[in-house]
Amino acid sequence: MICLGIEGTAHTISVGVVKEAKEKCKVLSNVIKIYRPKQGGIHPREAANHHAEFVADLIRESVNKANIDFEDIDLISFSKGPGLGPCLRTAATAARALSLTLNKPIMGVNHCVAHLEIGRGTIDNCKDPVLLYTSGANTQVIGFAEGRYRVFGETLDIGIGNCLDKFGRIIGLDFPCGPKIEELAKNGKNYLELPYSIKGMDIAFSGLLTAAEQYYKNGEKLEDISYSIQETSFAALTEVTERAMAHSEKDEVLLGGGVAANKRLQDMVNTMASERGARFFVPSRDLCIDNGAMIAWLGVLMYNSGIRMDIEESTIDQRFRTDMVDVSWRG
Amino acid sequence: MAKTIIYRGAEAEICLAHYMGHQVVQKRRIRKSYRIKNIDSRLISYRTREEAKLMTEARLYGVSVPIIYDVDLGNGVITMEYLKGKRIKDILNNLSEKERKRICKKIGESIAKFHNNDIIHGDITTSNMILLNDRVHFIDFGLGEKSSEMETKGVDLHVLMEALESTHSKYANCFDYVLEGYKKEFKGSAKSVINKIEEIVKRGRYR
Repeated sequence: MICLGIEGTAHTISVGVVKEAKEKCKVLSNVIKIYRPKQGGIHPREAANHHAEFVADLIRESVNKANIDFEDIDLISFSKGPGLGPCLRTAATAARALSLTLNKPIMGVNHCVAHLEIGRGTIDNCKDPVLLYTSGANTQVIGFAEGRYRVFGETLDIGIGNCLDKFGRIIGLDFPCGPKIEELAKNGKNYLELPYSIKGMDIAFSGLLTAAEQYYKNGEKLEDISYSIQETSFAALTEVTERAMAHSEKDEVLLGGGVAANKRLQDMVNTMASERGARFFVPSRDLCIDNGAMIAWLGVLMYNSGIRMDIEESTIDQRFRTDMVDVSWRG
Repeated sequence: MAKTIIYRGAEAEICLAHYMGHQVVQKRRIRKSYRIKNIDSRLISYRTREEAKLMTEARLYGVSVPIIYDVDLGNGVITMEYLKGKRIKDILNNLSEKERKRICKKIGESIAKFHNNDIIHGDITTSNMILLNDRVHFIDFGLGEKSSEMETKGVDLHVLMEALESTHSKYANCFDYVLEGYKKEFKGSAKSVINKIEEIVKRGRYR
């Protein structure tokens, strides 16, 4: 089965084509275009306009790169949510148009679950992981339990990516700020104490952000502040992930989301995993960030488990939570 | 002293040991090499001290907790009574509805008892409760704190709500039973704590 997936929950519009072979996912193409505002954060309408401008070209490009014809596509899937309304609607509209034109079935999928499934689908031995999903908007620790992907822990205020971006904006960096903060942190030497906020398996970052801003105003070195932000927030993320693994008795950990590209975060989670005899997995960068291939792959899993969706049902849901999905494709 | 590890948690290992002729457990916080030494030492000594303090205090207010024999801040070790009971996590799904209700109400009553005295547990899950002699004992106050705010009490209960939803999802009414017990025992306005929980749920992403 070949599926084309369209991702458009936030700043990224992406189209991917995947093929199912022996219950594993083969990514045939995965083209990604990220909206970068000239200044400030993402304006949902501006992002949606960007997506509308490029989505048709991206669809053509992804089909060409996959080396298939449009007739070879068996299923169209799209990101149903969660995300920004205008962006979701743009991606869904493109998916519906394609589904009607090609006369192929359509499937709306949960973006967060897609991040987990692409890991299971593309990495050997990744069977039942706890996912640490860290992006701009989302920070969740997810695992399969009793028929659903349960959110064991999540941020109580802002996503870690958002925290990094906000700090970056304060000190005058361009979006996305994470990679630049990672660079600065490499030259940080002095640890400045920051709030470390964990509630059970939940986590909070707004206090840390405020304290970091204070250090900046007091003239502390950017390198030291960046280093301290990373060390504190990533340690807390690693700790809640480990707690979720202990609680759910799982011995695999998977990273996903844009912040998963951060080498320091990868190191920490990898160290934690090896110390507790667990396996550590991280997909390639283009499968970590928002991408169409993961949307396509989740579409395949849902379709194969017997789920069907009419065009009339192919609505979006801005508040589509991870634990609302009935995971019928896993026993 | 020979030690046998009986449980390896996320941040500590629980060992069986002997202390002045008693069989005891030792909770040893493990150094984590993924985090820098500064953060590691700060967390280990702070949590060990807070945990011992909160457990001792909770006991004074009639909450069942293991008796503490010794605290070693430098190494992050608490030596305490060995409870030969069963984890609530392991038994809750197998009880009759009536019994499950009774146990959940007890849990709620105990939480109210420590909340009445501004003790926040910080990690109320069914893995952190042990049933022994028909009493629900609370363990692992490692993320606890003292706070009189409705907000922190709400967050404390919210953690349990999430734990029940993820581990005991077939028995959706467990948390209602817990709240029933809580209302009975809580001295302040239980209603405003419960309102807080609803507020916290709504504050979560995509609610």
